[in-house]
Amino acid sequence: MLEISSLRKTYGGQGREVEAIGNITLTVADGQFACVVGPSGCGKTTLLRCLGGLLTPTSGEVRVNGQVVTGPPDGLAIVFQEYGRSLFPWLRVGENIELPLKSKGLPRAERQQIVTDSLKAVGLADAGKAYPWQLSGGMQQRVAIARAIAFQPKVMLMDEPFAAVDAQTRADLEDLVRTVWKRFGMTMLFVTHDIDEAVYLGQRVVMLSSSPTHVMENLDIDLPDDRDQLKTRSDARFVELRTHVYARIQEAKGANGQSPVPTAP
Amino acid sequence: MTRTLGRIALVLGLPAILLVTWWFASAGSTSFYQPPLETIVKVFPDTWTAARFKSDVVPSLIRLFIGYGLALVVGIGLGVLIGANRRLRSLLEPILEFLRAIPPPVLVPILILIAGIGNPTKVLVIVVGGVWPVLLNTVEGVRGVDDVLSDTCRSYKIHGWLRIRTFILRAASPQIVVGARQALSICIIMMVIGELLGATDGLGYTVVEFQRGFQIPEMWSGVFVLGLLGVLLSLAFTLVERRVLNWYHGARAAERSGH
Amino acid sequence: MTTSPPILRRAGDNPALLGLVGLLGFGALLEILPRVGVLPAEYFPPTSKIVSALVDEFGRAGFWRAVAGTVTTWLIGLTIAVVAGIVLGIVIGSIPALRLATASTIEFLRPIPSVALLPLAIVLFSAPVRSILLLVVYASFWQVLIQVLHGVTDVDPVARETAASYRLGRWRQARYLVWPTTLPYAMTGIRLAAAVALVLTITGELLIGGTKGIGEEINVAQSSIAVPSMYALIVVAGLIGLLANLATRRAERIVLAWHPSVRRELPL
Repeated sequence: MLEISSLRKTYGGQGREVEAIGNITLTVADGQFACVVGPSGCGKTTLLRCLGGLLTPTSGEVRVNGQVVTGPPDGLAIVFQEYGRSLFPWLRVGENIELPLKSKGLPRAERQQIVTDSLKAVGLADAGKAYPWQLSGGMQQRVAIARAIAFQPKVMLMDEPFAAVDAQTRADLEDLVRTVWKRFGMTMLFVTHDIDEAVYLGQRVVMLSSSPTHVMENLDIDLPDDRDQLKTRSDARFVELRTHVYARIQEAKGANGQSPVPTAP
Repeated sequence: MTRTLGRIALVLGLPAILLVTWWFASAGSTSFYQPPLETIVKVFPDTWTAARFKSDVVPSLIRLFIGYGLALVVGIGLGVLIGANRRLRSLLEPILEFLRAIPPPVLVPILILIAGIGNPTKVLVIVVGGVWPVLLNTVEGVRGVDDVLSDTCRSYKIHGWLRIRTFILRAASPQIVVGARQALSICIIMMVIGELLGATDGLGYTVVEFQRGFQIPEMWSGVFVLGLLGVLLSLAFTLVERRVLNWYHGARAAERSGH
Repeated sequence: MTTSPPILRRAGDNPALLGLVGLLGFGALLEILPRVGVLPAEYFPPTSKIVSALVDEFGRAGFWRAVAGTVTTWLIGLTIAVVAGIVLGIVIGSIPALRLATASTIEFLRPIPSVALLPLAIVLFSAPVRSILLLVVYASFWQVLIQVLHGVTDVDPVARETAASYRLGRWRQARYLVWPTTLPYAMTGIRLAAAVALVLTITGELLIGGTKGIGEEINVAQSSIAVPSMYALIVVAGLIGLLANLATRRAERIVLAWHPSVRRELPL
């Protein structure tokens, strides 16, 4: 469960303040898959960093599993966009996944088991001994996902995780995320700037306006639970939903942050 | 086969030519200060005996290793502390800039004045010379750690010693190695200077004794030994570096090939 | 977006101010510790005594001659090393056969500690300045040479092919391709060499003697056990080092103002 209430975040000071997040209130229920989309520069990353306890909000609060977030909360894992920079290049893939478990204080045998299982879950059973930089970008992001799974989080945050991989790899990784989510049942908050991706992945799409950011619309995605890159994406309902989201985002861009409340459609 | 031979010729060719030239050019030398290379080579085995190694080379090396080790420990320790703390860094930066700018040899007379000319002073001289490059490079390395990795550590709750050991020190290691290499050559220099300015044994002391006693071929042989020491230690350093920074070179190569 | 600008910008966060506080605190500490007896005052004169010794030195003509002597030796040695390093670096670097043939020799000569040559320098030259210059040039030459060699070989292969396809001659390639690529490396080499050259200049003065210089002055102060003067001279050595450092950095920035990239220092 992820509860965000009246979250506001401003940067700067000394006369010039930049309002990155105006006012966001949002709840993601246990086990729900929510995607957050918004025009570029709308503070998606800031939002995610506030949720992860990496930034202190200016006002408002975030609760993860009922606990107010003051620092990185328990039971929450983040997959960062920059896979090349979020894996430790001096540790082998297996060691990268094992490291957070070490700080959890798990015994060695159990750590090894979890590492093996989570690598298997992302389809990289044999890559444990490699260094991250020996793998392709898509595989590196799989490792990052495996590390998040191994951490056994109740809530998983993903910050535009596939922005830097090629289109085909991206489709595979999207399906992988769906599979992982179904299998482990965690609450998922997936931030992306890609509208199709958001509609394809989520049970729900949260649309943000551009800065000062607030929630523009909450849209339930009433697509069948089994998603398929070909069938789902050519589904009439999918097209309808994505067209709607697209229109709203264009609207938000048009508002250009001057008037924070866009007109209703 | 020809390729290997070619490589060997490239590696050994120029040094061989230089040595041979020296050998023949100096063969008939009657200059007291520039003895024939042949004479130098001849006195070498009698000068650098096992006994001399034990009495002069080993003490020098022990002091060098202790001093270098301490410089590394102190430099890295303080460097992590200062590098990780922005305010501490601002507080100490001008002082460090100044202290670094002092040519370390000028501190030797002061150290001798304070602590006499015993072994502790000679080790201290080495530490004082070697600590700055390690310290300043560690500060730079720690300051430059990647934000995303830093965030990763925070959100995956990697704290304390585990964080320092597996994140900070490793992330800063390319810079630390740069500093450690500079420190190694400075430490060798400081070892010699410490022994020149007041000692009763050691490599530097021996060489200068030869010079003062006008045993010129022996002095030349001593210069060879010192040079060889520098070369061997640098080689050993390269081997260690390759192990420590294996990941770094791999990652850089992957980056360059557009992975 | 990943780094947040500091939210709390209090006065305590001003780096320049903190640095000044640090310097003053350092001075105050070295004033107080010997006075209260934590450090023995005869070996650690309080800051005020060092400062007054420094002021005395500033009023002495011999002191300024020593400074001039040190700076002159330093500049001569540095100039020789820089010119030799750049010329040899470009020649060796741009001829692959020469580069391969000299690699092992360079790798062998470079790590020889310069002070190892000290006794040689003393017996080979009767004039102390020449002995010192040998050490200075030997130590700083490698810094320049190695950097220039790296620079010459770092020329972008695409740019080289472009130049070749436009049939730029050898001289033009050197002028428009090799030199601009090498320059930042050469500047780094000069900066490193300047620091090393100063250390060796003062070391030579200290150990060989017989020339006017800061090192010699320190020797004199040491033999007359004028402790505050020794500290004052060490401070002067540090100040010269600091100025040399600032000057080379400044020069680097001016010379490379046009350069698109800020190059990392090579791990040597």
